[in-house]
Amino acid sequence: MRLSLHEVEVSYRAPAGASLPALGPITFDIAEEEFVCLVGPSGCGKSTLIRVLAGLLPPTAGTAYCGGDLIDRPLPQIAIMFQDTNLMPWRTVLDNIALPLEIAGAPKSERQRRARDMLAQLNLDGFELAYPAELSGGMAQRVALGRVILQAPRIWLLDEPFGALDALTREKLSLELLRLRGRSRQTIVLVTHDISEAVLLADRVIVLSRRPGKLLADIAIDLPRPRSADMIYQPNFLRLAKQVRACIQDLDD
Amino acid sequence: MALTPVALPRVLCLGISDMAEKNFTQAMQPQKSRIIVHGALLRRLSPVVTIMAMLLVWHGITEWQLVSRILIPPPAEVLDSLVKALADGTLAKHTGTTLGEMIFGLLFGVSIGLAIGYAIAKAPLLEYILSPIIVAFQSTPIVAYAPLLIIIFGTGPSSKIVTTAVIVFFPSLVNTIVGIRGVSPRLRDLMRSLNAGRWQIFRKLELPSALPVILAGLKTSATLAVIGAVVGEFVGSGSGLGVLVITARSQYDTPLVYVTVLTMTAIALSLYGLVALVEWRLLHWQRRTA
Repeated sequence: MRLSLHEVEVSYRAPAGASLPALGPITFDIAEEEFVCLVGPSGCGKSTLIRVLAGLLPPTAGTAYCGGDLIDRPLPQIAIMFQDTNLMPWRTVLDNIALPLEIAGAPKSERQRRARDMLAQLNLDGFELAYPAELSGGMAQRVALGRVILQAPRIWLLDEPFGALDALTREKLSLELLRLRGRSRQTIVLVTHDISEAVLLADRVIVLSRRPGKLLADIAIDLPRPRSADMIYQPNFLRLAKQVRACIQDLDD
Repeated sequence: MALTPVALPRVLCLGISDMAEKNFTQAMQPQKSRIIVHGALLRRLSPVVTIMAMLLVWHGITEWQLVSRILIPPPAEVLDSLVKALADGTLAKHTGTTLGEMIFGLLFGVSIGLAIGYAIAKAPLLEYILSPIIVAFQSTPIVAYAPLLIIIFGTGPSSKIVTTAVIVFFPSLVNTIVGIRGVSPRLRDLMRSLNAGRWQIFRKLELPSALPVILAGLKTSATLAVIGAVVGEFVGSGSGLGVLVITARSQYDTPLVYVTVLTMTAIALSLYGLVALVEWRLLHWQRRTA
């Protein structure tokens, strides 16, 4: 299912009653099975854009569609993952991962089985009964990722999912994300600050301008898949990364 | 009564946290476990030592007749009086009345507090509408309007259930509001994106998230419940520990007054301990991750 944004605009109401533009107007499409990274200066409305796509925030103007459906509420085929792991501290790892199935009303045996399978895929076996606070940052973020996957959507919206992690864990998790996506080829929209992460993961990098975020550049990343960590030293990669960087640097001048 | 119902529950509470701490530290650093066990034992024994010391001082005061026996009877006499009150069923009868009033009062007061607290947390406008009534009730001393409640609800148990409910309502209300408002907005977003229904959001997010704060309020309510019931009984009642205190005092039966007061303390402590136990069972995730 194609995601389309048409002249989407979001403004927040400032305390004085004036309206504070945060995003847009912005128009672009994301094709089915496409992996798009959103980059841009902080405060440019990347997260706002993600929240619009998630159906959590109605746009002030314009429309967002997922296939033929207007996104005016959270759609079942779209899942969102936040920067903080956003796990429930009172639930074990297993119960956190199984939450989407529980809300959907799946029977307990099925929930347990699928949650355990997912933990195995995430290399988290043995942590079923641990609580989120007992996990490292990277492990907690993997649990959150597993929860998104079990929500079984066709579209994953990832708002700086690895932003709070150290560089090595981050790289490892990014590649793991590609592996988990595997052949099911979900559509992914990922917000990041990290240019090389964006280039390494995406089919397309969309650069947003300063607040209110408008489309500044739309750069196709034609690197072959599967991607691997050592690609970041290849001339093609560096060329693309420079291109993205140049767009962002223009903003600073 | 040097050991107030507030000071003693802390003793209980510490006993519980000691156990959790010991399990944790023993698992983590076995080589130090001896020292830690000694420390824990010392901490566990200290309240007992305090109680023993108080009994000794009490005994000393009466032994050397520093104060008239009518004001402070010897511990042995109080014990005799306890045995007698237990044997003839007086204590059981009055304790039963008070306990029943407290339990029903708690049930009513806490459930109304939970319900109104939840409504206020969800609809802030309600806070402005209801706050004059709630604040007025809370700031007027219950002793002052208890007689009114007795006139309205009669001298039977129902008026004491009302006084108890009124006094336990406030902590339950405030803690419910604080607990529900403290639910992470991010987790609310998550539940919305999962298309969770109202009931699912309540059951799987709001309730477990607010539970620690709500249980803390329930602990306060549990100790206040005795005050509510006894104040009601003081004003007008046929039976209950409040009546027993008044009767015993008018007959200059000071040992029985002591027995009754200590029974109230015991009831407050037990209720507090019960809530602490429930808390210990329900919030085990907090101990694991502390």
